[in-house]
Amino acid sequence: MARAVTTQRKVLNTTIAWIIGLVIFFPILWTILTSFKTEAEAIANPPLFLNFDWTLENYAVVQERSNYMRFLWNSVIIAGGSTLLGILIAVPAAWSMAFVPSKRTKDILLWMLSTKMLPAVGVLYPIYLICIELGVLDNRLALVVILMLINLPIIVWMLYTYFREIPGEILEAARMDGASLKEEILYILTPMAVPGIASTVLLNFILAWNEAFWTLNLTAVDAAPLTAFIASYSSPEGLFFAKLSAASTMAIAPILILGWFSQKQLVRGLTFGAVK
Amino acid sequence: MATQHSRTAARIMMAPAVFVLLVWMLVPLSMTLWFSFRQYLPLRGGDQGFVGFDNFVRFISSSAFWPSVQTTLFIVGGILLITVVLGILLALLLDQPMWGQGVVRILVIAPFFVMPTVSALVWKNMFMDPTNGLLSHLWRAFGADPVVWLSDVPTFSIILIVSWQWLPFATLILLTAVQSLDSEQLEAAEMDGAPPLRRFAEIILPHLARAITIVVLIQTIFLLSIFAEIFVTTGGAFGTRTLTYLIYQRVLESQNVGLGSAGGVYAIILANIVALFLMRIVGKNLDA
Repeated sequence: MARAVTTQRKVLNTTIAWIIGLVIFFPILWTILTSFKTEAEAIANPPLFLNFDWTLENYAVVQERSNYMRFLWNSVIIAGGSTLLGILIAVPAAWSMAFVPSKRTKDILLWMLSTKMLPAVGVLYPIYLICIELGVLDNRLALVVILMLINLPIIVWMLYTYFREIPGEILEAARMDGASLKEEILYILTPMAVPGIASTVLLNFILAWNEAFWTLNLTAVDAAPLTAFIASYSSPEGLFFAKLSAASTMAIAPILILGWFSQKQLVRGLTFGAVK
Repeated sequence: MATQHSRTAARIMMAPAVFVLLVWMLVPLSMTLWFSFRQYLPLRGGDQGFVGFDNFVRFISSSAFWPSVQTTLFIVGGILLITVVLGILLALLLDQPMWGQGVVRILVIAPFFVMPTVSALVWKNMFMDPTNGLLSHLWRAFGADPVVWLSDVPTFSIILIVSWQWLPFATLILLTAVQSLDSEQLEAAEMDGAPPLRRFAEIILPHLARAITIVVLIQTIFLLSIFAEIFVTTGGAFGTRTLTYLIYQRVLESQNVGLGSAGGVYAIILANIVALFLMRIVGKNLDA
């Protein structure tokens, strides 16, 4: 039985929720708006909301001056590469833990989780040193591997919680009907596993895209992704709010869009299945 | 059902993941432990040998240590308090019937997807800048002197920025928990004439307890190692040097690897204490 709600109450809820929602969202909205202003308009007092001359100039300047595309490309490679590599390693592991559990499965899962809890700063120098020794400081491949390792526990966990929801009886039924192992995997398991894998890919791409400890400490120029590119704006010269906004908007826009698709998975992924 | 054959296959399938994580954990960890017992200054004489627990003692007795612990506790505690309290209120609000619920949800969640360097810089410049920041415009509009956020109230400013980033996470998890609440129980309480505050304290809050614990533990682990937000705003100045940042400075800025590694060992122990509690909860959930 749904509770009867008066229209008045609903209007009140709606108003408060929208105001709060807009306040929380405001810094992002303001950044996007500012990216279309001139530098003078960007710092105008009283601030200009919509009544300014919209311009795309900042975007052009940011690209031209800093070769924005290279950083974007680095972000795509690092986030995409580490996610794919992680999935490749995690799918078989999560698969076997979900379908052929043993006494040790739980311990292994918890141990994997514990590696995620290792504070990055505690191993900063060893990793830094290893990168120097191997000649891969400021190297995209090194970051792909490191971010993969950081997110691997989350990937395994997410996949495990998804795979565990696939009922084992279905497999037995298929086997009774004479399906071969190949058919089983191809026609029964894969279709059921794809949504879970897709959500995992999405969330981990986002986490890798936004990772800002290793990307800041292990890159300089060649492999620097957007996190490092934006950080280079922290000591600016002259007027720069509009340009900072344009650079920021470009860095967060793709992830905001992906993020909105992954809301539900966010809870499952980041609580390791403890809250669904 | 599992045959010997499938068990072997399962082991092989698990091997790569277990192996890479084992290497990832053991190699750097043992290096950190090794360095922490040595006098190691890469730019000033290199590795000068074994010094026992010297680094551990020096790290703790340095004048920067206790302030950094206090700052860490203050920042983590402040953010937890803000995100949990506001998160509960927001979750309860978002659970109410309203128009455009999906859109409001999206607006509230958005900050979580903003990369840390962007949110720190946007807040630092466009909001907290003492001359041109939006907040200083707002202060002037009311005839007040603008606050120089990042040097007058630097710790609070960082708490504000990071809370903004993490509020969506707390809200989302608590909302998931609120939605699983049995509404009949609430209705029964309402009909029995229990006032809203009592309903909150006696039904809603106990129901949320588990979710709150999880939010607190997971956030603590992530917050103990916030880095980018401090790196681009204050650079650890004005008393915003957390334990993580102090270690970073020792290791990479002043290149005192031995001392920094000893700090790293402390950080690992600290994180493990928190992690132990989290794992217990998560582990219980696995059995269910």
